[in-house]
Amino acid sequence: MNKLTRRRFIKGVIFSGAAASTGAGVYLAQAQGGAGAAERLINLNINGRSRPVDVMPSETLAYTLRYKLDLTGTKIGCNRGECGACTVLIDGVPNYSCSVLTHNVKDKAVISIEGVKAADGTLHAVQQAFITENSPQCGFCTPGQVMSAVGLLNNNPRPNREEVRAALSGNLCRCGAYEHYINGVLRASGQLA
Amino acid sequence: MSLHIGKNFVPPDVPGKVTGEIKYAEDYKAEGMVFARLLTSPLPSGRVVNIDASDALRMDGVLGVFTADDLPPTAPPANPALASDYVTYVGQPILAVAATSEEIAESAIDRIRVDFERRDFVTDPLESLTPGGKNAYPEGNVLVRTREEGPEGTPIVGAEIKDVKWPQSAIDSMRAGRDPEGGEFTTEWEFGDLDTAFAEAAAVIEEPFVTIGYPHHSLEARTCMAYWENGKCFFHGSSQSQSANNAGLARMLNIDLADLVFINEATGGGFGSKIGPYPFMAITGNFSRVLNRPVQLRITREQEFYIGSARSGIQGWIKIGVKENGKVCGVDLAIVNDGGATGGGSGNSSAQHTTVCLQPEAMRYRGISVYTNTTPRGAQRGPGQNEMAAVLAPMTDKIAKQIGMDRVAFRKLNGLRSDGYQGGSQGPVTSSFIAEALDQGSRAFDWDTKEKQARDLGGSKKRGVGVGIGYHGAGGRGYDGLLRITPDGRLQVHSGVGNLGTYSYASNARTAAEVMQMPWERTEIHRGRSDRHLPHSSGQGGSNTIFTHARTNWVAGQDLITKMKEIAAMDLGGSPEDYDIGEERVFRSDDRSVGLTYAQTAQRAITLGGKFDGTEYPDDINPLTQLAVQGVQGTGLVGVAKDNIPGQGQPPGNIVGFCEIELDTDTGKIEITDYAAVADCGTVQHPKNFENAMRGGMVWGVGLTNLERHVYDPQNGLPANTGLYQNKPPTNMDVPIDTIQEAVNIPDPQNPTGGRGIGEPTQGAMAAALASAITDALDGHLFNSAPTTTDMIIDHLAGNDYSTKSLKTNTF
Repeated sequence: MNKLTRRRFIKGVIFSGAAASTGAGVYLAQAQGGAGAAERLINLNINGRSRPVDVMPSETLAYTLRYKLDLTGTKIGCNRGECGACTVLIDGVPNYSCSVLTHNVKDKAVISIEGVKAADGTLHAVQQAFITENSPQCGFCTPGQVMSAVGLLNNNPRPNREEVRAALSGNLCRCGAYEHYINGVLRASGQLA
Repeated sequence: MSLHIGKNFVPPDVPGKVTGEIKYAEDYKAEGMVFARLLTSPLPSGRVVNIDASDALRMDGVLGVFTADDLPPTAPPANPALASDYVTYVGQPILAVAATSEEIAESAIDRIRVDFERRDFVTDPLESLTPGGKNAYPEGNVLVRTREEGPEGTPIVGAEIKDVKWPQSAIDSMRAGRDPEGGEFTTEWEFGDLDTAFAEAAAVIEEPFVTIGYPHHSLEARTCMAYWENGKCFFHGSSQSQSANNAGLARMLNIDLADLVFINEATGGGFGSKIGPYPFMAITGNFSRVLNRPVQLRITREQEFYIGSARSGIQGWIKIGVKENGKVCGVDLAIVNDGGATGGGSGNSSAQHTTVCLQPEAMRYRGISVYTNTTPRGAQRGPGQNEMAAVLAPMTDKIAKQIGMDRVAFRKLNGLRSDGYQGGSQGPVTSSFIAEALDQGSRAFDWDTKEKQARDLGGSKKRGVGVGIGYHGAGGRGYDGLLRITPDGRLQVHSGVGNLGTYSYASNARTAAEVMQMPWERTEIHRGRSDRHLPHSSGQGGSNTIFTHARTNWVAGQDLITKMKEIAAMDLGGSPEDYDIGEERVFRSDDRSVGLTYAQTAQRAITLGGKFDGTEYPDDINPLTQLAVQGVQGTGLVGVAKDNIPGQGQPPGNIVGFCEIELDTDTGKIEITDYAAVADCGTVQHPKNFENAMRGGMVWGVGLTNLERHVYDPQNGLPANTGLYQNKPPTNMDVPIDTIQEAVNIPDPQNPTGGRGIGEPTQGAMAAALASAITDALDGHLFNSAPTTTDMIIDHLAGNDYSTKSLKTNTF
C-alpha cells in the first residue's frame, strides 16, 4: 500500500520550491507567485465527500481547509511544520497540513477534525476520552492531538504509554497538557478505567 | 456536604475543543471582510524617515495603508501599536496593508519602501549600564515610575525614561559575584537590621545570577478581526480576559464602553501576554473603521514572537545569611531587569518570592529595569517569582548544606506560614501551609529514601534529587458578581472572566450553583461576548480568578437568596428570616410545604421590578456591571453585588515540587525520572482540572530551567530563535508523563468555597525542583542561571565557565 508518510510530504513540499519556510508562511509563498496566481479547480476527498475547490499552485492543505472549505477546526499554530496543530489524516496517516500542497492530495482521502465523529454525531472514542480526562486546556492544539491519536489507534489499537507518547510527540501543547492527552489515548484504547 | 465543590464535571466548552467546533478569533468571517498584513522593522533601533507606498496602493485589490499617522500620537515610554519616531526592536510593526486577499496584501508589503534612520542599540542591560554603554532609546535606558501631586491631592502616576550609568566598579563587582555597590537603582526597600542579621549569621553565601527571558509563544497568534455597525465596534480578539479588556480597548478605539462588543469565546493560550488589550488591537479596530469594512489582521508565528511579549530577564546578586538554628536572618538582593523594548521588569516580584521561601528577619532589595532593543516584555506566568525560584533553589540547598540541615527541613523551617509575611511591605496572607505541603510531598516522593541513594549511576549517568517552592499571589477582591433566576427556574451565571483554558469561569459558576443549591444541568453560563451582559471581572491572570470570582458569585448568590426570601415573606407571610432555600425552592423553615419555586420568584421579581428585576442596583458596582444589569433588567430575579467580604491579606498560591533526574555527563541531557508536586491552594474546586493545571505548569517549569531563552545576535540586534523549534518549548518527550499531583486541601478562610489559585506556582515548583536536582547531580555546582541548558552543563563538565560567568543575557 502506497501510504504517504509525514516525511514524504515534507520532502514533496521542499522539492516543489514553495515550502512555507519563513514566518510569513503560505501567504508569502503565494505572493512569490504573484498576486492572483492562477487557481485550478480540483476535486478533493475531504471527510468522505468530494469537494470541488479552486486551488493555487502553492496553496497548502491547511489553507484550503480553513479558508476555502471553512473547515476551521484545523488550526494553524506555526505554518512551518513545527507544532502539529494542523494535523490531518491523509490516507490514514497523520500529516501536518501546513506542509502539504493541496494539489498533492487530490487523489488521497483527507480526514480533518470535522470528519472524526460519526455521521450521527457520536464522538470518536478519542474525543470522548479527551473529554473524560479533561485533556484540553486552551484547546488550540486539541484537534491536532485528536488526529494524531486517531491515526495511532487506527494502526495500533492497544498502544503502550511510550508508543502513545511517541505518536503524539509531534503535537506541541504550549499549555503542557501532555499527560492528559496520553491518558486520554490510553482510555480510548480501553486501557484506562 | 458539598454539592459541586471538589467534584469533577465537564466544562461546557470542552466538547467543542475536541470536535474543533469552538471558534477562536481567526475562525470568524464577516461579509465583505478584507485582509490586513503587517510590515515590521528590520532594524533594532532607529526611526522611520519616509514611507513610499505608492506602488502598493496602485495594485488591484489593495485598499489602504495604515501607519502611525493614522493613530493618536504616542511617545515613549508608551508602546506604540505602529512605530515611527521610535523603532526599538526588530519585528516592531511599522504599518499595515489591507487588501481583498491575503496574497495581495503580502505582495503589496513587498512593494512598500520604508527609509529608516539607524540608531544605536543594545541587547544586554548590564552593558547598557556600563559607562559609555549604549541606550535603547535616545532619551536613555531606564524606565522610571513617577508620582506627582495632582488636583485635590490626587496623585498622578506616570513614567519616564532616564539615562542611568553605573560606575565601572559596580559593574565589575556584580560580574565578580559581589555587591554592586555604587550602582543606581530605581526601586529600593529594606526592613530589619541587615548588618546585625549578617553579623549573627552562622553561614553566609553570596552569588551572582542570571535568568534569560523568553517568548510566551501562545499557540494561537493574536489575530484580530473587527467590523463596525451603526457606531458599534464588533471586535473578535484573542485575550486571556473578557471584561478586563473592555475599558482599555474602548479607549483605543475612542468609543464608549456601550459601543464595544468584544467577542472572545476561546483563547489559544496567553500565559500573561494577553491579560489586557495589547497595542496591536488598535490597528485592527481603527483600520476597519477607516475602510468601513470588516478587517482581519492575522499575524504569523514569527510576528507572534516579536509582538507577543516575553518574560523579563534578570542579572542579579544575592547574599543570604542563616543562623545556627537554620533560620534565615538576612537577605540582600539586587536585581537588574531586562525590560526589552517596553522597559518593565518584575524584580520586586522576585524579591517577594524570596521573602515567601526564606522569611528573613531583615532584608534589603534594590532593583532597576533597563531597556534593551529586544522584544517587548510583560507578565509571563509568575513573572519575577518563577525565574527567581529557579535560581534561588540551588542556593537554598547550598546554605542548608553549610549548616548541616536537610534541604526539605530547611524549607519547612523557613517557608511562609499563616502568620508570616510576603513582600517588602511584609504584608499578611490569608493562610499558608507550605510546611504541610512539604511533609505530604516528602511522603509522596519518598524523599528520605531518595536523598540517601547513590548519585553515581555508573557510566556517564548521574542522579540528582531536588526540591523547590513555587509561589504567587492568588486572588483579589472588590469585583462584581451577577446572577439571575429566569422564569423557567434556571440559574444564569454571568461571567466576565476570560476563557484561557483554566476553566476557572466554570469552576466559579459552580460556586454560584453551590450557593443556590442548584443542579449543574440547570445552570447556564453567559460569557465570551461583552453583549452577553458580563459584569466587571478581574483579568484572568496571576492565579487569581478561583479566589476572586468564587467570592463575587458567592455575594451575588447571597443577594439572590435575600431577595427570594423577601419575595416569599411578601407573598406568603412572615419575615424573610423565616425562610430557607433548597431543591430550587424558597420555603418556610418550619413548614417546607409553604414556599415558592425559584421559577415563581423570578416571575414575581419581574412583576415587582425595582431591585428585584435589576431596575435598581447597588451604587458601588462598577460601570461595566451597571451596563450588564441594565441589559438583563426585567428578565427575572437579579442578584448583583460587589465583593465586600471583609478580610485582609493576600491569598498565596504555594506549591512544592520534588524532582529526580538522570543527567548524562557525556551529552548534558537531563531525563526527569520522577516528579511529585503538592499544592497549598485551599480547597480543590475541580480535581481533574487541578491535575491538568499542575501538570501544565510543570511543563513550563522544565522550559524555564532547562530549555527556553531569547537568543540575540549582539552585533546586529537580530533575534536568532523566533520559531517554536528554535525556542524549544517542551514537547512531551522533554517532560515526565507519569507524575504525582496532590493538594494539602486545607480551605482558605477568606474564600467561602475555600479555594486559592495555582496557575503560576505550578511552574515555579518544577523550575525550582529541577534546578535543585541539577545542582545535586553535579556535586553541588551552582550554575546560577535559568535556563541551565545542555551546553552549559557540558561547558561546566569540560571546565569552561564562559557560558554563565559573564552574566550576559539574550545571547548564547
